[in-house]
Amino acid sequence: MIEVSEMVRAIFPYRGDAIVVSGRASRHWSEISERPSLDVALGDPGMGGHASFALGLAIAQPDVRVILFDSEGDLLMNLGAMPTIAEQEPRNFYHFVMDNECYATTGGQPVPNAKRIQYDVIAQACGYPSAFSYDEIQSFSRDLEYILALPGPVFVTMKVFPEIENLPIGQRVRWQTRTLEENLRDLQTELGLSQRAPHGRNMRVVKA
Amino acid sequence: MVDKQEGGLSPVRIVEELKANDITHVVWLPDSETNFLYQLLESDPALSLIVVSREGQAFSTAAGLVIGGKKPVVLIQNTGLLESGDSLRGWGIGLNMPIVVMVGYRGWNRRGVTSEAEVALFTEPMLNALGIRYYLVENDSDADRIGVAFADAERLGRPVAILVGDEFHGFNR
Repeated sequence: MIEVSEMVRAIFPYRGDAIVVSGRASRHWSEISERPSLDVALGDPGMGGHASFALGLAIAQPDVRVILFDSEGDLLMNLGAMPTIAEQEPRNFYHFVMDNECYATTGGQPVPNAKRIQYDVIAQACGYPSAFSYDEIQSFSRDLEYILALPGPVFVTMKVFPEIENLPIGQRVRWQTRTLEENLRDLQTELGLSQRAPHGRNMRVVKA
Repeated sequence: MVDKQEGGLSPVRIVEELKANDITHVVWLPDSETNFLYQLLESDPALSLIVVSREGQAFSTAAGLVIGGKKPVVLIQNTGLLESGDSLRGWGIGLNMPIVVMVGYRGWNRRGVTSEAEVALFTEPMLNALGIRYYLVENDSDADRIGVAFADAERLGRPVAILVGDEFHGFNR
């Protein structure tokens, strides 16, 4: 098993100019990221959509690497995203999946067939040209440079320790320093894009 | 009200409207009401097709495209619109996405004949429940409403729907 904080620290040196869609690793990633304007911490607009969102971003910005920290619960809600990703062949897309075998944010209930799903095998069968699986940090860290030099879409699944939260939503520790609207505006500014709408304004994010 | 739909909705006219509104990507799950568009879309180098496996996936994909600077349109059936309710809420309305969703209006016809479970009965109530503005496009003379929908989406910063009410294709025939 890998700590999520270890995972993000291992990836950090290779980040470069990549956009990071940080998903359930957002709190850990925000603590070390030196390019917050290229980080996309969406919260939870609708569970099951992170992979497709990151795909859209990767297609729209083919010259920028897109790194997604997905989670197995999110992916399971929309496994059909994987054939679409494989068909589109975004060479700049790096799909990391944190598999903690449960729904950590709802108290740690197991996902279906939690112990026996092989997400890397699913990815390969869907047509991802490269797929990897890790359950300890040493080999994961050792291979990262190689993995991130491969043309995408690349799929990496990691067994991670669950960080179970069972407090009512309103009582959980806030780590966000920007609203979602600010987050998306910063990214688009960084990419040299002018906003066509104040994206994210409708999503309330309570800042720390 | 006339029994028969006059004229029809030609794929060429729809593609003209998409191009006139600078659409870059069509995020699509093929359906029986809009399948007549497929060959034209596939052969047009100005439009990139992204085929999804389930309709909810379309809205998060489109959101990523918008944030990355592209201008997608979503093309799905009304059955899939119902399936993708939460995705439309979160990735569309929540992120203030100016996305136009073209919806094949399965079950729609001018006589209003539907069964109790017909998806057409639930389509407009669902859009109304989500506060999504919509336009009915039945034939080529209505096609300029597509441009109105794109303008609305941009101005409002939220999804807008076009209901493709074509009685001569798919399940409506």
